[in-house]
Amino acid sequence: MKTYTCDVVVVGAGPGGSMAAKFCAQGGLQTIMIEKKAEIGAPLRCAEGVSKKWLQEVGIEPDPSWIRADMVGAVIRSPSGYTFKLDESKAGSEVGYVLERHLFDKALARDAVKAGSKIMLRTSCTDVIRENGKLVGIKAKCMGEEIEIRSRVIIAADGYESQVGRWAGIETKLALNDIDSCLQYRMVNADIDPDYCEFIIGRSVAPGGYLWIFPKGNGTANVGIGIIGTECNNGEAKTYLDKFIDTDPRFKNSQAVEVMGGFVSTCPGLDCAVDDNIILVGDAARIIDPITGGGICHACRTGMYAGKVLTECAKTGDFSKKALMPYEKMWRDRMEDKLYRNWMAKERLATLDDETIDEVVKLISGSDIKEVNVYNLLRVIKERFPKVVEGFEDLI
Amino acid sequence: MIVDVNKCLHCGGCVGSCPTNAIFLNDFVLEFNNRCNRCGRCVKLCPVHALTLEAKQ
Ligand SMILES: Cc1cc2nc3c(=O)[nH]c(=O)nc-3n(C[C@H](O)[C@H](O)[C@H](O)COP(=O)(O)OP(=O)(O)OC[C@H]3O[C@@H](n4cnc5c(N)ncnc54)[C@H](O)[C@@H]3O)c2cc1C
Ligand code: SF4
Ligand code: SF4
Repeated sequence: MKTYTCDVVVVGAGPGGSMAAKFCAQGGLQTIMIEKKAEIGAPLRCAEGVSKKWLQEVGIEPDPSWIRADMVGAVIRSPSGYTFKLDESKAGSEVGYVLERHLFDKALARDAVKAGSKIMLRTSCTDVIRENGKLVGIKAKCMGEEIEIRSRVIIAADGYESQVGRWAGIETKLALNDIDSCLQYRMVNADIDPDYCEFIIGRSVAPGGYLWIFPKGNGTANVGIGIIGTECNNGEAKTYLDKFIDTDPRFKNSQAVEVMGGFVSTCPGLDCAVDDNIILVGDAARIIDPITGGGICHACRTGMYAGKVLTECAKTGDFSKKALMPYEKMWRDRMEDKLYRNWMAKERLATLDDETIDEVVKLISGSDIKEVNVYNLLRVIKERFPKVVEGFEDLI
Repeated sequence: MIVDVNKCLHCGGCVGSCPTNAIFLNDFVLEFNNRCNRCGRCVKLCPVHALTLEAKQ
């Protein structure tokens, strides 16, 4: 069997993996990143909406090659059609670009390569290797051939599937109410506002989740839906999405040119995303915004943190759980409060009936919130609908 | 497990949702191993209803 040796093996070449590989390689670690698919960034499993602020935080320079559309704002629509429009001045960090993910992901992979990382495509990790109780690398299939990659530490960046962590003994199992089953069409020739991302909420539209329209220019848009796991029985994602597209007049002359599925977790992150000789990043660590399902920025941040922490660990050669704990601290300090708050908000939103959502959207569209984010919205809602935010007032 | 290959979108959603880690997505092929306890979660969650539990032998 062919055996490769390196300092770090990164499983998965999504944004989390590529950022991790880049920062590891930059720190002087011998890095191999493997990706099971034939092409990085494709097929798509994403609505491609991101805010702008965090790009700078992780050192990514906005590049026209992967920015498909620049948004002016966002619209939140209630089941009966009440809307709340946010423009960029109000939207704070919540609005931004619609990307070309297949190009964005490749650009990040290129940066990892520039920093010195190796990439192996069509290489799926199938298990971890343990010797005398210690993780010493992974088993994989490379173009069908069984191989081993021996490393001092593993970065699990395998996305929602999150299997590498589980093979290594880290429980990444999700509760049913922390799962959103999603389906998305790329619609063309749609009569939509090209400048606004739209979020439609309500039980009758998308039980426990939401429906989105993210414009990509020229009448093209990602139109998708996420439905909470507890409401899924029989292909609901497709049923609800098809119903919406069939009845919304904006899609009367529109057709789908692409269909894709994908899931997001909506919990506030794993209890602990490290163990001896392994770190989980991005979706694999279940670190994703539970309200919006936005995870690209979280994957990039956690990837970067992992790379930085491992660079430090390499100086002493200690990759034990204890030595990796600074990673835990970094992501929690930066994101835990918000993840937790949004998780609570999601739990509550999932229980609201359509009439209440109509009322809430009416209320916030009449308020004069300066910077709109989940935090400020909850504050306004609290005044009129204390019940809606009951249980997590402390966070507001 | 019966996979309707005409429906499955290879999204990996069932893989990440399976409580016993019994599914593996190998490119375009879903593989189920004997850790499957027939809980039916993957069947319910699939966005296009591509999975069906086989009748018990
Ligand atoms: C329908 C949908 C819409 C979304 N919309 C948005 C959005 O608008 N904005 C946003 O910010 N986020 C969105 N997200 C979330 C976003 O896509 C993820 O948070 C982000 O891709 C996470 O990056 P990652 O690197 O952690 O994982 P991924 O991007 O999922 O990358 C994981 C990689 O690992 C590979 N892999 C998995 N298992 C193995 C294995 N065993 N061996 C080798 N390789 C493996 C996969 O093929 C994949 O390429 C959406 C998600 C879905 C499902
Ligand atoms: S969730 Fe459904 S569409 Fe996605 S991989 Fe599993 S069977 Fe296929
Ligand atoms: S039935 Fe349950 S245990 Fe079996 S593969 Fe599906 S989710 Fe996993």
